[in-house]
Amino acid sequence: MRFSRLLLLLLVLAPAGWPAAVHARQPPPQSEFLPVSDIPEGEQIPAFTMVGGAYGFVWVVLLGYVWSIARRLQKVEAELTALERRGQ
Amino acid sequence: MIGSFFRVAWHVMRKDLTVEVRSKEVLLTTLFFAVSVVLVFSFAIVREGRAPDDVAAGILWVAVSFSGTLAMARTFERERYNDTLRALLLAPSDRPAIYAGKLLGLLVLLALVEIVLVPLIGLLFNAPVLAYPGRLAALLALGTLGFAAVGTLFAAMLVRVRSRDTLLPVLLYPITIPVMIAGVRGTAALFQATPDLPMAQFWIGLLVFWDVIFITLALWTFEPVMTE
Amino acid sequence: MTRLNPVLIGLSAVMLGVAPWIINAAPYESTMGLVQKIFYFHFPAAILFLIAALICGVASAMFLFGKKASADGWAIAAAELGLVFGTLTLVTGPLWARKAWGVWWVWDPRLTSSLLLWMIFSAYLLLRRYGGPGSDKLAAGMALFGMANVPFIYVSVNVWRTLHPQTSVVPTLPTDMGIPLWFCFAAFTMLFVALLNLRARLEHQRSRVEALYLAEDEA
Repeated sequence: MRFSRLLLLLLVLAPAGWPAAVHARQPPPQSEFLPVSDIPEGEQIPAFTMVGGAYGFVWVVLLGYVWSIARRLQKVEAELTALERRGQ
Repeated sequence: MIGSFFRVAWHVMRKDLTVEVRSKEVLLTTLFFAVSVVLVFSFAIVREGRAPDDVAAGILWVAVSFSGTLAMARTFERERYNDTLRALLLAPSDRPAIYAGKLLGLLVLLALVEIVLVPLIGLLFNAPVLAYPGRLAALLALGTLGFAAVGTLFAAMLVRVRSRDTLLPVLLYPITIPVMIAGVRGTAALFQATPDLPMAQFWIGLLVFWDVIFITLALWTFEPVMTE
Repeated sequence: MTRLNPVLIGLSAVMLGVAPWIINAAPYESTMGLVQKIFYFHFPAAILFLIAALICGVASAMFLFGKKASADGWAIAAAELGLVFGTLTLVTGPLWARKAWGVWWVWDPRLTSSLLLWMIFSAYLLLRRYGGPGSDKLAAGMALFGMANVPFIYVSVNVWRTLHPQTSVVPTLPTDMGIPLWFCFAAFTMLFVALLNLRARLEHQRSRVEALYLAEDEA
């Protein structure tokens, strides 16, 4: 049983080495993407908006998640103390 | 030990197929569903008898995965309805053998569905299904095996769970996407105007690899997951 | 350990607040300019996303095969954090890509496998939420499959093409760019550890509450 688990682990980990093997027979990458400077003026979005948007989003999500965990934890712990008091 | 494993798996499969031969419920409903999926796609996509490149392979696999989900949910729903899964699990036999039997039964059903699906795809989408029958059969068999191996495990796990009908596709599709990618790309390589045989060969090899992993993992997790 | 969590969260909040100034002081990358600065948030989030997947898979295996009940709480905590950090990765990535590659999204191996992993985390949490009793074991099985899946997706999409810069770029960055990167990485990691801790505690307290209710019913 122990051996079979080890074997399975090896099997699961084996593909980590695959990308290298696959790279060899991969056709040369096609470049169908335009460099930024080739995009027409109207479609350009200022980089500042992007960077600001990314930072803002990270901030909002992390703050929201911290707040949600704190709220849930408070609720459960209040319930726990109430239950423990009742049990005594 | 090994002999008893295969004997139990064989009996479970024969039991499932006997029930199926008598009622034909799962086979007929799955088959009809698969055909209607293909028809809906052909109405949506085919214009003047021509479909865009690579579409036929994609639709073949979409139909297989949709109807496969339906079939696996139905076979386990039958076990739940009659409360026979508990009896099966209580039998003094290897749990993984029961899983293997269920998987084999499902594979027979899906093979029958695919026998109808492939000519239909060839007819409606002008796909050269007979150009490389051996390779196409290998892709379908290996892809269905990987898909059904995960599906059987998940359907069995979900039998006791609320809202199992919606959860089965939700859990199954993200996990089986690699099999789908391999199946679709391999079949598309065969259906191209100039077939790319080394590419198809590569995807067949990858599918073998996945099947080994998926089946080993499923046999390994079936026992602890099905223990109450 | 419990007292450490607010400290870690406060410290990482301060560090993340200061980060824009430190990042601003770093040199501009020659070809991509300002937009390259998304990297300082994108890279730590992506690495922690993968670490969350690893923790979730290992904890699920311990729960399923080692019969360790407390491991389940860690698995669900890691899955939720994986979803949060995965969302950060998947949103900051396209913002950068739109500027650098000219498109929001490509089916590149790394992008596809990140999206798939994010979907697996979502499916896992949906199962935990709506599965009802008995879904913990099933979710652990699902997590195992999910973890085994990641390298495969990577391989299969790799056959098309790779556009994403290799991870091996990171150690070779000039120090001026390396310092803000590791600064952000430290802030993200502290936050991750604290949140993982808190989320696991939430789950453990929940199971205590459930056990107390059960005991009350029996009494």
